[in-house]
Amino acid sequence: MASRIFGSGIKRREDPRLLTGQARYTDDFVLPNMAHMAVVRSPYAHARIQGIRTKKAAAMEGVLGVFTGPDMKAAGFGPIPCAWVVPGSDTKTPPYPPLALDTVRYVGNAVAIVVAADRYLARDAADAVEVDYEPLPAVAHAAKAVGKGQPQLHADVPNNLCFRWTVNGGDVDAAFKSADVVVKERIVNQRLIPNAMEPRAALADYRSATSEVTLWVTSQNPHIVRFLLSLDTGIAEQKIRVIAPEVGGGFGSKIPHYPEDAMVVFASKMCGCPVKWTETRSENYRGTIHGRDHIQDVELAAKKDGRIIGIRATVWANLGAYLSTASTGIPTILHGLMLSGVYDIPNIREVVHGVFTNTTPTDAYRGAGRPEATFMIERLVDLLAQKLKMDPAELRKKNFIAPFTEGHTVATGITYDTGNYAGAFDKALKMADYSGLRKKQAEARKKGEYLGVGICTYAEICGLGPSQVAGAVGFGGGLWESAIVRFHPSGKVNVMVGISPHGQGEETTFAQIVASELGVAVDDVEITHGDTERTPMGWGSYGSRSTPVGSGAVMGAIAKIKEKAKIVTAHLLEAAVEDIEYGDGKFFVKGSPGKFKTIQDVALMANVAWNYPKGLEPGLEASAFFDPPNFVYPFGAHLAVVKVDGETGEVRLEKYVAVDDCGRVINPVIVAGQIHGGVVQGIGQALWEGAVYDDNGQLLTGSMMDYALPKADFFPELELGMTETPTSVNPLGVKGIGETGTIASTPAVYNAVLDALAPLGVAKIDMPLTPERVWRAIQSARR
Amino acid sequence: MKCPVSVTVNGVRRSHDVEPRLLLVHYLRETLGLTGTNIGCDTSQCGSCTVLLDGKAVKSCTMLAVQADGAKVTTIEGLATNGKLHPVQDAFWEKHGLQCGYCTPGMVLTACNLLEQNPKPSDAEIRRGLEGNLCRCTGYQNIVAAVREAAARMRA
Repeated sequence: MASRIFGSGIKRREDPRLLTGQARYTDDFVLPNMAHMAVVRSPYAHARIQGIRTKKAAAMEGVLGVFTGPDMKAAGFGPIPCAWVVPGSDTKTPPYPPLALDTVRYVGNAVAIVVAADRYLARDAADAVEVDYEPLPAVAHAAKAVGKGQPQLHADVPNNLCFRWTVNGGDVDAAFKSADVVVKERIVNQRLIPNAMEPRAALADYRSATSEVTLWVTSQNPHIVRFLLSLDTGIAEQKIRVIAPEVGGGFGSKIPHYPEDAMVVFASKMCGCPVKWTETRSENYRGTIHGRDHIQDVELAAKKDGRIIGIRATVWANLGAYLSTASTGIPTILHGLMLSGVYDIPNIREVVHGVFTNTTPTDAYRGAGRPEATFMIERLVDLLAQKLKMDPAELRKKNFIAPFTEGHTVATGITYDTGNYAGAFDKALKMADYSGLRKKQAEARKKGEYLGVGICTYAEICGLGPSQVAGAVGFGGGLWESAIVRFHPSGKVNVMVGISPHGQGEETTFAQIVASELGVAVDDVEITHGDTERTPMGWGSYGSRSTPVGSGAVMGAIAKIKEKAKIVTAHLLEAAVEDIEYGDGKFFVKGSPGKFKTIQDVALMANVAWNYPKGLEPGLEASAFFDPPNFVYPFGAHLAVVKVDGETGEVRLEKYVAVDDCGRVINPVIVAGQIHGGVVQGIGQALWEGAVYDDNGQLLTGSMMDYALPKADFFPELELGMTETPTSVNPLGVKGIGETGTIASTPAVYNAVLDALAPLGVAKIDMPLTPERVWRAIQSARR
Repeated sequence: MKCPVSVTVNGVRRSHDVEPRLLLVHYLRETLGLTGTNIGCDTSQCGSCTVLLDGKAVKSCTMLAVQADGAKVTTIEGLATNGKLHPVQDAFWEKHGLQCGYCTPGMVLTACNLLEQNPKPSDAEIRRGLEGNLCRCTGYQNIVAAVREAAARMRA
């Protein structure tokens, strides 16, 4: 029984509470005497604050307090820390005050807060706060912001250049000299708004008697929030409890420690009551991080037989107005090191400019850096195929890194763990009937129809990561995980983990691991996460790390439990410890499988300790920490088929095949769900989504009315396939699957649309490929 | 100034004096403490706040509480009976039609309304019927499968 639970698509234990309205998200919590906070935000992208008049607001019904930046500063609340400073990049980290002190630098920059008895009164009073602004010139575009004569955001950051970082492997210039063919492109990964369905919320309960604070917050990593909050609030870390209750999606946007976290703590302290803040969606669009916004000038060098020999790129990454928690790591480590993709490319150089602009800060958004890397190489490969008049599938095959199981080091210096790129690709081509599709395309073209086939093969870096590497690349924390496995006298189990899932289903998959490893019923295992007081330290859920890293900690604790159980069993069966073996839920004497104790027998005896080995600690509980020796590198091949309406420019997705490899699979239903969601999100980038600023830094896509999210009726049934190439980086051989879909689907669909339009000679349209843009491209090509 | 409002919510008659501007969703969540109905946007796009009003799916962020006076409202808390999940809820569980769960109450109630109007929808009709509800986690595929499954169960 036990072994079958691992790998089985059992139903999620998370679901009943979510399906009945019993789940509690942050905004659902109500405390006695609780007040509400509303935030006054800047309508200007760049302005000097000349004065803030709060008297009228403060006198309004139900208002407990109105506070500004200087108030917070005077109370000892410091700037929001940036937690990632990439070495060798001369990164500037200008202060990020939670409430603006004298200057606002983006639309949505918080200026003042109002605390009132209810949500409506707080909003009314916030609207009554009068701020005098002296508007300053603004700049929203990263490549423009580094130019001469542009508005300067921060005093000590000349030309708005936050950092300049280079990755360099091989001899790139020599490669380009020896190239038979070079393709060039400017690629723009447009700015995206993450749109977790639950907006952010935070509820602080500060108790002056003990100087303790409890913060309920929509976070992917409550332990990181506690750590950073201790730095900017001055409250000692052991006095802070951070609870991420039910969290309604994150996609990276709930990694950062945000100004509002500090604001509610401050407000609770000042007003002497619990204070809750809940973001509106339009507030979310301005105040919660954005993703991507990445401009690449890139060249690829190849031989005439199609062998790729070099990549050379210059990149401008828009960081927004301030550095969010992990922002500098995204366009550098998580992007620049992955430019080789699944190909053997000996020479790679990229220079990345991190740039401040008068826009909402950017940070990790699902995929975070790898989509920008994958899009770059996958688009260039298609352009090269066109130039060489080769089939893009054949060209890819020619350049794949050969299958490997012992690690493969690429030109950027990182070592992929395991991979079989041709294996996944062949499977995808077969599932999609690639040659049949090309025939169909030829027929469609004869009829004047625009049918396109797009491919993306990818490998990505996730399962973050070895802590030493984290330190070496400037991440301000560790990246290990921990777990506690605790057996009760009844043989039931509590497992406390440091990761903080928010929809990915680890309560179910981790219970599957414990059940299959220790021979307990899956329903006898309870998984607890998301509360710094109830769980051991962990660095959270992002970078597709929860399962590859978190399961390593769970497996470590399980190994310790097994060791102890063997000692107890040996004592009970009067055998030597070395003779006790474990299998199928039983600890038995080698050679006599009839003489055994179950884990439940052992749990009871260890907990009562009546008949017990001398000198052995009672109890059956183990704690383990797992720091992986490497990242994991899932991979796969996606293929999209689209039809473009030549009259309207509308793109219809006809077929989508995804073959992914995340090593061993714990729960195939959950894995498929992660892929579905990721694929659709990535297609959103290719076709509809985009945060648009005007030249004055006004956000033109300020609500869901103006920002197009994928809807149910666009998609055909996605066809999924898997290959299985385990990793040796963690005990279970598992790789992350949370972001692969988003990484692979954008280039697959983009390449398909451009393939459809190839007969017209259209080689480039900036994303998103909205009907209007496609129609314009078709019109100008026909002219 | 407050206005009296009387609404039957999940079978229980509730009466309060409320501000005329109070949104139905805030009445449900904050006055009645029924927090299963979620708020995902402020422009009626996302459908997270969908409830059944006299049997029809409505976005409760787009209605005032006073407009619901005299109506019967079903929220996600009122869908299961005697601890037994409604077939739509059960099918969402069976088919992994949810991940973070935030859009789920609205999705489930919209699906109930859809199946009420069309007990045997095609996949295309399901997808069209869910157009007013956004989900960022599932890519919709398993939601469609769940509605398909629920339709089959409810016909059986």
